[in-house]
Amino acid sequence: MVDLIRQLGRRTLGLVQEAGRMQLFLLEALGLFFIPPYRPRSIIKQLQFIGVKSSSIILLTGAFTGMVLGLQGFYTLRKYGSEGALGSAVALSLVRELGPVLTALMVSGRAGSAITAEIGIMRITEQIDALDTMAINPMQYVVMPKIIAGLLAVPLLTAIFDVIGIWGGYLVGVVLLGVSSGSYFSGMVQSVESLDVNGGIVKSLVFGLTIMLVACYKGYYTARGAEGVSRATTQTVVLSAVLVLGWDYILTSFFM
Amino acid sequence: MIKIVDLSRTFNGHAVLDGINLEILQGEITVIIGKSGVGKSVLLKHIIGLLKPDRGQIIIDGQDITRARGAALKALKQRFAYLFQGGALFDSLPVFENVAFPLREKTKLPEAEIISRTKERLAQVALSKEVENKYPDELSGGMKKRVALARALIQEPEIILFDEPVTGLDPPMTNTVFHLISKTHQESGYTALIVSHDIPEIFGIADHVAMLHKGRIIAYGSPEDIQRETNPVVQHFIQGEPDFLEE
Repeated sequence: MVDLIRQLGRRTLGLVQEAGRMQLFLLEALGLFFIPPYRPRSIIKQLQFIGVKSSSIILLTGAFTGMVLGLQGFYTLRKYGSEGALGSAVALSLVRELGPVLTALMVSGRAGSAITAEIGIMRITEQIDALDTMAINPMQYVVMPKIIAGLLAVPLLTAIFDVIGIWGGYLVGVVLLGVSSGSYFSGMVQSVESLDVNGGIVKSLVFGLTIMLVACYKGYYTARGAEGVSRATTQTVVLSAVLVLGWDYILTSFFM
Repeated sequence: MIKIVDLSRTFNGHAVLDGINLEILQGEITVIIGKSGVGKSVLLKHIIGLLKPDRGQIIIDGQDITRARGAALKALKQRFAYLFQGGALFDSLPVFENVAFPLREKTKLPEAEIISRTKERLAQVALSKEVENKYPDELSGGMKKRVALARALIQEPEIILFDEPVTGLDPPMTNTVFHLISKTHQESGYTALIVSHDIPEIFGIADHVAMLHKGRIIAYGSPEDIQRETNPVVQHFIQGEPDFLEE
């Protein structure tokens, strides 16, 4: 029994320490936003990796999400004779909720895990220490371009997801199931307000920061060789997903 | 001069460094010997500020690096270069860019000057032009060490710390790397601190040798002094006697 309590205490302390260390990492990263150099070339390279290379998966998931919403929405709304509200149902679901969340989950699975692996390998092969010994801040050189690129790329990818999703809903609702094109778009224009769009943008910014922070943090503190890199990569995907969903609830409650 | 005073560091209850006292003289090659896992690399990482000690000081020309922070720590680090055991080359950059990296990141030199200096350093460590565009994973162990040495030299440091520079190399390449260290030391006049257990090769280039054992420096002197040392632990290590491993 005593052992059990001791183990529980040790795990709790470990979790608190980890949370504290992650917050210090975040604070250091936030502080570096105001300290040059900003390394625009590295930021563009990371934008290409996080943004451009994620765009195909975002196009695909956005299209299918919109199509499913179109299909589900149509059969649900038909029961109440409100097929004309399909456009607003699809757009609101995407802009407020599914666009930011699914984009974040896709980016964390594709780019977040890769970033952790990249930084983790740099850590275990002492490349990060090498930067430090050259009096180059590894946080500034390795982490900051990724965080800045993530903050720019995730909202843009979310916007792409939303637009493609709306056209996916159009394809199913209007082209295949016969909802009028006019009512699809006019309902959307009437119901989607700036608060919905702003809420989606804020969510995607928070999710982008969360994913990059977790990915960089897990990579930066990787230990114990190849197995450590593998563990850190898995932790990045799981923790990012949990934090994204947690943040989603909190932010949704603010924007309702 | 680097003066290490009562340096101690514990990992998981085990005292890896237990009151180290050592002076590394300016412009000389000092070698730290000792069996694997005794804390030689840990000592180097303390000297350059990668690790912080539990107790003690590392004084570099009057400044204690263990207490330095921010700009002062950065200024102290600018005086060093560190040659990592595995080279720690940036695997996403070709050899030329690896060597040019410190100049690109830390100076505002014109491109022509960066190219010229990088080529000069690559030639200094006997690396041919064909190697310039190769990536680190395409290089042999010896080549990686030489690229790392060129990257260290290009920073024109006052002090270079070498962490087992010949581990894993065959005897001819071991001699090549030691020869390059000796040659570049003569040419550039830097202070060198080398961690190694390559006996007797290391005696050929060392000005002073210190032996680390159980967290302490148990012997210090010229290579001749060390070879004449009566301490049985030192003699067992130098002779490579197997019972030393059992202690």
